[in-house]
Amino acid sequence: MNRSFSPPSIWREMDRLQREMNRLFNSYSPNRLYSAPSYPAINIWANEEGLLVNAEMPGVQVEDIDVSVDGKNLTISGERVTDELPEGARYHRKERRFGDFSRTIQLPIAVNSERVVASFSDGVLSIKLPGAESEKPKKITIQS
Amino acid sequence: MSEQSKDMVFQDQEMIPNEETERIRERTCFVPRADIFETDENVVVIVDMPGVGGDAIDITLEKNILTINGSTYLNAPEGYSLVFAEYEVGDFERSFRLTDQIDRENIGASIKDGVLRLVLPKAEKAKARRIDVKTW
Repeated sequence: MNRSFSPPSIWREMDRLQREMNRLFNSYSPNRLYSAPSYPAINIWANEEGLLVNAEMPGVQVEDIDVSVDGKNLTISGERVTDELPEGARYHRKERRFGDFSRTIQLPIAVNSERVVASFSDGVLSIKLPGAESEKPKKITIQS
Repeated sequence: MSEQSKDMVFQDQEMIPNEETERIRERTCFVPRADIFETDENVVVIVDMPGVGGDAIDITLEKNILTINGSTYLNAPEGYSLVFAEYEVGDFERSFRLTDQIDRENIGASIKDGVLRLVLPKAEKAKARRIDVKTW
């Protein structure tokens, strides 16, 4: 019987740590002046049809989000509006960040910009980017 | 600042995971970012929990520990493989220690766009009273 075991979580944890460290160093290196700010953090998924980009941006209003595609560049920008405090309120703890953000990502494939759809639910932005026709895999027949 | 912390009815403390216990779900768990502010009537806790819907959230108050637990439903999208990752999807858990000065019966919670808002009304006795000074 072929049972698949999930790898020990320590390895997964190490991967995660490495990713986080890379991200940290990238954003604090002198290069960061030239690179886009890294908010929101994104994950990119792919299949034969195209790409799926997810970004976590809790508390941002849908009408404050702008998504645009220009060739291979995807830009996500917007503003997270500061909470309105009732009069006389004072903070004990303030860990959440607010303000403008904008981020441009170069996509690995050309996309069909006509068919890009974006949705936003529970603070997660999800953008579906179907690949352009030219990017679809072609089957090549081998001649004997 | 010391002036403010004097009337803090809310001693908050981050969850210190007990090394001896394990979570049942084999899933990464994060401590979410939170804002806490206080007004004359309430203490308000606002927690960022992206990907957590209203039915996946669990708030318990046991003794004086308020625990917020949110599970993200989102797993890998079907048929897709991950090509670039900057964040990991996981559950959220965080605990705060309340004092007796919270009216426990009337705690209100609402979630919108991945942001949880907890309103903890102060108990009658904890509300600041204004004392009029008369001349005589």
